[in-house]
Amino acid sequence: MNEQRGRDGGLMTDISVLSKNEAGQKLTKELLLNLGPQHPSTHGVLRIMLELDGEEIRGVDTIIGYLHRGTEKLAENFTYTQIIPLTDRLDYLCAPSNNLAYVLAVERLLEIKAPERAQYIRVMMAEMARISGHLLISGALPMDLGAMTTLLYVMREREMIMDLMEMITGARMHTSFCRVGGVREDLPDGFEPRCREFCHVMKQRIDDYERLITENRIFLKRTRDIGKISGEQAIDWGLSGPCLRASGVSWDMRRDNPYEIYDRLSFEVIVRENGDCYDRWKCRMDEMRESVKLIEQCLDQMPPGPVAVAMPDIAFPLNKITVKSSMEAMIHHFDVSAYGFPVPKGEAYVSIEAPKGELGFYIISDGSPKPLRMKVRAPSFINLQALAVLARGCYLADVIAIIGSLDPVIAEVDK
Amino acid sequence: MSNQPLRELLQRESIQQRCESVYETFGMLTLTVSKENLLALCHLLKHDSALQFNFLSDICGVDHYPQRPRFETVYHLYSIPFKYRLRIKCRFELDELPPSVVPVWQTANWHEREAYDMYGIAFVGHPDLRRIYMWEGYDGYPMRKDYPLRGYADHYNPFGEARSERTEGA
Repeated sequence: MNEQRGRDGGLMTDISVLSKNEAGQKLTKELLLNLGPQHPSTHGVLRIMLELDGEEIRGVDTIIGYLHRGTEKLAENFTYTQIIPLTDRLDYLCAPSNNLAYVLAVERLLEIKAPERAQYIRVMMAEMARISGHLLISGALPMDLGAMTTLLYVMREREMIMDLMEMITGARMHTSFCRVGGVREDLPDGFEPRCREFCHVMKQRIDDYERLITENRIFLKRTRDIGKISGEQAIDWGLSGPCLRASGVSWDMRRDNPYEIYDRLSFEVIVRENGDCYDRWKCRMDEMRESVKLIEQCLDQMPPGPVAVAMPDIAFPLNKITVKSSMEAMIHHFDVSAYGFPVPKGEAYVSIEAPKGELGFYIISDGSPKPLRMKVRAPSFINLQALAVLARGCYLADVIAIIGSLDPVIAEVDK
Repeated sequence: MSNQPLRELLQRESIQQRCESVYETFGMLTLTVSKENLLALCHLLKHDSALQFNFLSDICGVDHYPQRPRFETVYHLYSIPFKYRLRIKCRFELDELPPSVVPVWQTANWHEREAYDMYGIAFVGHPDLRRIYMWEGYDGYPMRKDYPLRGYADHYNPFGEARSERTEGA
């Protein structure tokens, strides 16, 4: 009966197609399965067309763009300051990192550097963002595989970061705190003790998560040797960040091409050898410990001083009293807010080690207050591309683990 | 980091004869190259033992409308072993498209699909050139400079520009 049912003839629900014929050949039929775009385990509106042979993945077609907001097109019509909030909405879990990469690119074009204190604040916030981003995925990946507990615990610690962010910026997620030439304002009173308390708590909590998950047999079975990629292949597919370091490639821009004040901080670059889902997850876990150390070093080393460059044409005045009492100052303030500031003609590409990988901003300026072109090198976008390679030959259930281990934030994928 | 060691490496004959110019701008060395030499140059940069540009960071499409040649692709390369960064630029018109660099770096696949989707740059020899953000059947290339910011008016987009108001530049 089965011989008559060819590739096109059989019913999808017909289990007899899974049997073998007299010659022992498999008569399984390839099945096209649509996963998403609305599915809790795809971490956003991501659609994946899976070509299945039984439970085995033969081909993956990742379909993205459901969240495309045209950030780059919008940026061409915004002033340089107005673009900062747009960058928040890329990887919304780690907004300070996005702000940092963007303002560094503009500062490269203007050939200015933020004051030291501002650099420390930026780096500290970027590391807090790294913990927040890594926390969420290290809880969400086990949840996708059935271990709900970790997610609830990580949310508790993530809330502490959100509170600290709110304390500094007034916003929990879309912080928009970096400005071209500095940060918006100085740290509030009483921030340091609360931040130190967080660091103290966080160190112990990471151990707690590890106790829950690291040696959990089910978790190990679901992630060890699943979605393996060699270092060479990972480089060829453009993986960066923890996804690349999990494959044994020791490359971290904070160490290799230090920006801001990273050259004064000491930390370890976490490298693991196996390149599977487990290693990508573990890499993030260990990176959080390093980030806590970095935050503490920032607090220790942070010098007093101004938090924005003293260039009235670029930076907003920190003290608003003159703006409210002098007509000329107010006109100037309006002018800078409404029309922005011109940026010298030229092009600059600046990339940083964002939580997801290499986050780069390429800005072409034509000398006007709006960029001619702004390109975002979004790490999630590139990392997600490798899903097709990682999932081939795996089983259907492994795809969920692989997506989680790549840690795509769909807002960043779709820009 | 100083660009001097890289600059010296790029002075070699095999690279010089394939690119049009080498210059440094805002701290990054930039090569301009014609589309005929692009693939050979990329291959050379990746496999040369003293350079090893094994990591393709980014491909960016640019529309210089109304200047000519109108389009440009910008490649940002990184050498993980030597920590060099390099930019390659290739400028062209739509009737003489550049080759795809997927044979050199697999990661170029989605980057080029994005440039195709946004600018209509159909890279020659790309294995799977489809739209990536916009849907199949979408009309126009939204990142082009002559494409209106709010798009064109239709049933779903009453605030867009009417199509008759402007004509698409060639």
